[in-house]
Amino acid sequence: MNLQKDKFFKNGFFCIALVSVVAIVMICSFLFVGGMPALEKIGVMKFLLGTQWRPSSELYGILPMILGSMYVTMGALIFGVPIGILTAIFMARFCPRKLYRFFKPIVELMAGIPSVIYGFFGLVVLVPLVRDNFGGTGNSLLTAALLLGIMILPTIVTVAEAALRAVPESYYEGALALGADHVRSVFFTIVPAAKSGLVAAIILGLGRAVGETMAVIMVAGNQARMPQGLLEGVRTMTTNIVIEMGYATDLHYDALIATALVLFLFIVLLNLSFAYFKGGMFGNG
Amino acid sequence: MNKFEIDNLNLYYGDFHALHNINMEIKGKEVTAFIGPSGCGKTTLLKTLNRMNDLVDGCKVTGKVLFDGEDIFQVQDVNLLRKRVGMVFQKPNPFPMSVYDNIAFGPRTHGIKQKSLLDEVVEEALVKAAVWDEVKDRLHKSALSFSGGQQQRLCIARALAVKPEVLLMDEPTSALDPISTMKIEKLVLNLKKEYTIVIVTHNMQQAARVSDRTAFFFLGELVEFDETSKIFTAPSNKKTEDYVQGRFG
Repeated sequence: MNLQKDKFFKNGFFCIALVSVVAIVMICSFLFVGGMPALEKIGVMKFLLGTQWRPSSELYGILPMILGSMYVTMGALIFGVPIGILTAIFMARFCPRKLYRFFKPIVELMAGIPSVIYGFFGLVVLVPLVRDNFGGTGNSLLTAALLLGIMILPTIVTVAEAALRAVPESYYEGALALGADHVRSVFFTIVPAAKSGLVAAIILGLGRAVGETMAVIMVAGNQARMPQGLLEGVRTMTTNIVIEMGYATDLHYDALIATALVLFLFIVLLNLSFAYFKGGMFGNG
Repeated sequence: MNKFEIDNLNLYYGDFHALHNINMEIKGKEVTAFIGPSGCGKTTLLKTLNRMNDLVDGCKVTGKVLFDGEDIFQVQDVNLLRKRVGMVFQKPNPFPMSVYDNIAFGPRTHGIKQKSLLDEVVEEALVKAAVWDEVKDRLHKSALSFSGGQQQRLCIARALAVKPEVLLMDEPTSALDPISTMKIEKLVLNLKKEYTIVIVTHNMQQAARVSDRTAFFFLGELVEFDETSKIFTAPSNKKTEDYVQGRFG
């Protein structure tokens, strides 16, 4: 009787766990089935390396969007990584307990704010800020990078802090006992020991930046052309899909799905490298 | 020559009174052993001597500990105190980096940058800690790739590399096998020619083998402190006698 009950629950839970697997398999097949025809018709090289995206003249090159995504993401990392990692170090090793009780929920709240709100903030605050200080329209690569830099902070801070807290306290005490001060003990023993966890935090933040759509659309300008400069508008893969999805038909529609496929492959690659570094998170650098 | 003079020391962890009125003198270039059952305060007292207890929240101290005549609770630079009073921990704790970088960590902290000088200091420390022959061909391998006993000697070398005057050892062999333990005990006997050593141990034979003087602690009080031979053969306190004869603990 008990054995049967065990079996029933085991199978039941297995089926429930299958839901996510089925979901990812369905997404994969949708992307491949939907995207392949376009890739065949346009040609993989022409699609990936074409510099012109002009659906009206049957030109479907997504290099501008690939570069757009890469530049915006890199820009976001330039702002987000130093601030995020240093914030995590502060929270894990320097923050007085009272302040921590205030900081920690704030970071968690940041992670929970819908991206459209970030986008609105970018539109109302960052766009004029960039326009007035650096020129241009304000809807630019720089603005998008700044905004994404802020948006990836909670991801980086949370994962990096966990990695720093996982470092054995004995390293810190060992350094202090040699006469090292707090700063040196933290930066030369704890931080290096948490290295792979910190890299994992950065990769996770990177994935968030690559995939972000709503906030980017509101501040990036979205011109489908090769990136022209920091203060010029730029279009990413995600925004390309959203902007044209509403009216695209036939090959144009398929080309958008193919864009999604490329984006998906980027994310898979990032997750694999995240898993690789996370594996070494509690290891020994 | 007294290295430490402990004068009416009381220590509290929050409301818990961990050390009661400790008065003792620790002589230079001798090995002093602290023994006693778990929770008797011996490690607490050890960690007071280089002020590692500062890290514990709610730790409060009254009384004085004079180190070469200077009160350690009044010193301006606690890092300098810890440079002069080195420490070896219960569990070997080499940093997750190469052997060389481990040993060079202290000297670098205190401003030695020149490569040739660092090389010299590293070799000297490893030789003194009797681990040079085992690691000299693997200086740039991770310190974590060595055995527990080797790691503990690396930690001793790391402590010696900052040229301390005192070495505090907190049950340094409790995580090690008998052979590694023997090596470390031999090392301690060698090191006392140059250093003042205070060792906390659970192992009474170890205290008897390596120390010149032994202090017996019980429930946060210093019960008896005398020459080791006297403590183990003719203790004057009944409690000490019961403990060293293994009647409790």
